[in-house]
Amino acid sequence: MSITSYYFLLFAGALLILYYLTPKKAQWILLLAASYAFYAFSGIRYLGYILATTLCTYVASRKMGGLKDYQEAFFRENKDILDREDKKLYKASVKKRQRAWLILALVFNFGILAVIKYGNFVVSNISALFGAPNDAFFRLALPLGISFYTFQTTGYLIDLYRGEYREEKNFFRLSLFVSFFPQLIQGPISRFGALSKELYAGHDFDGRQVAFGLQRMLYGFFKKLVIADRIMAGLATISGDPATYTGTYAFVGMIFYAIDLYMDFSGGIDIVIGFSQALGITLPENFKRPYFAVSLKDYWHRWHITLCNWFKDYVFYPISTSPKLLARAKKLKTAGHAGLARRITVYIGNLAVWLFTGIWHGAAWNFIIWGLLNGGFLLLSQEMEPLYRKLYARFPKLPESRVFHIVRVVRTFLFVSLLCMFDYYANASVTLHAMAGMVTEFDLAVFFNGSLLSLGLSAVDYGILLLSLCLVFFISLQQERGISVREKIAAQAGPVRVLVWYGLFLCVLLFGAYGIGYDASQFIYNQF
Amino acid sequence: MDTLLEILNEMHPDVDFETCDTLIDDEILDSFDIVSLIAEISNQMDVTISAKDIIPENFNSAQALWELIERLEDEE
Repeated sequence: MSITSYYFLLFAGALLILYYLTPKKAQWILLLAASYAFYAFSGIRYLGYILATTLCTYVASRKMGGLKDYQEAFFRENKDILDREDKKLYKASVKKRQRAWLILALVFNFGILAVIKYGNFVVSNISALFGAPNDAFFRLALPLGISFYTFQTTGYLIDLYRGEYREEKNFFRLSLFVSFFPQLIQGPISRFGALSKELYAGHDFDGRQVAFGLQRMLYGFFKKLVIADRIMAGLATISGDPATYTGTYAFVGMIFYAIDLYMDFSGGIDIVIGFSQALGITLPENFKRPYFAVSLKDYWHRWHITLCNWFKDYVFYPISTSPKLLARAKKLKTAGHAGLARRITVYIGNLAVWLFTGIWHGAAWNFIIWGLLNGGFLLLSQEMEPLYRKLYARFPKLPESRVFHIVRVVRTFLFVSLLCMFDYYANASVTLHAMAGMVTEFDLAVFFNGSLLSLGLSAVDYGILLLSLCLVFFISLQQERGISVREKIAAQAGPVRVLVWYGLFLCVLLFGAYGIGYDASQFIYNQF
Repeated sequence: MDTLLEILNEMHPDVDFETCDTLIDDEILDSFDIVSLIAEISNQMDVTISAKDIIPENFNSAQALWELIERLEDEE
């Protein structure tokens, strides 16, 4: 069930009414039932996967919690005879057993993900290496949200192992944390400590929260249906025939894809966060106007924030601060390689994160290249920081210059869009060819001689896109200045509020890219 | 504490680490800085800060970081 389908609207509407009619104590049970019903709609056969992950996570978490209880009881009973050293040794042995459960659960959960998502990629590469036929080895469809719930349960287990909170003892409550359906589709990736409080607490009906939530959903539908699904027609023409659509068309495709990806993903997230808000549940933000970023590093602080934080906390820090790597850095410094010693921890951690990020986005080499290029350029910009500092020392007014700021924003947008070309062309060689063509075959006339009308978008489509993008840009600019647009509209007189929201509703209805026989396309991030 | 301030000042000479208590909240220290900082602390002070200790409360000020180091030294 796509969240832009009429079925979803009916499902969500019915759930919202039932939710506030249900006693607060039982609201989480209703959410669990709704989440599993939603999941079953996407394919009953997939229920086994999410149940297996939930069960494995539950067993491992209970075992880890049980070991902690046992340790506490042991210390209590023997407090008079145990000295500090004894306790330290005992703690270390308990930690070791907890670690065994953690590893077992992670191997099992990631094993499911690896086989389903990456099995064919690994087999096809091995086959190619030995010149064997390249048939799909595993014929398994990707269960809805498998990456998202696998990452979420991993975070839960690691935090539990680190002792950040106690395990959830109720299997069904844990099941809700794993399967909470609005965010199951494409994130955001939540942490147990924050989300569990939201999910298990009952919520009174709050008209303002419900209205704000529905308004955000409407804005999400606008981004997805009016902009993303409309521009996709042009994008499909360009990426579907890269041999014909080279040069300027490849450049147009690059910009189209950047717009499409952001409107599709952030629109979906607006729907998810908005619906959760209507239920009284606050989810973490996943975007902070990424195309206003002034550098690649800034961009990754604004795009898919919950995934980036996940990688930072559970991959980057553990690798970069591992005792072995720190010892290696120390040795290098002692041997007189201070520069290398300073870099090695950051470099290895960073490249590991971007390798995994690339793999997470898809089982294909172009995603891996995309990931490593991002990691590489982040390190390069880190190396260039002393140069920037010198530049700013020479021209102290430069950082405050509005023109310089705009130049940096445009540069970052173009650079990020360029890297994203690896994402939408079929493979890396086609992408590189398209990139080269943008330089060698660029023809400005394409913008003025009507050629762009051959991409499957009419003049009206371009007009709608332009006006819609202006609206999103204006709203984003307000948000960037710290102004809440919804709060501002809520402060207006009744007729103005009705006019604004009804106007947006009509826009979605009239200009949404659907019609007879049209099926709103899947969200790009559903496939992850 | 002096060694810690020296390490921090070398990383960001423009920041007053004795008074600033929003190093993470105001994004003065990013993840690269934190890892470099941990490596330097391990090098010069022989204290290992693990990933589970990397939370904003421990890195928002030089004082908070110093308290973490003392805590870890005590545990060792």
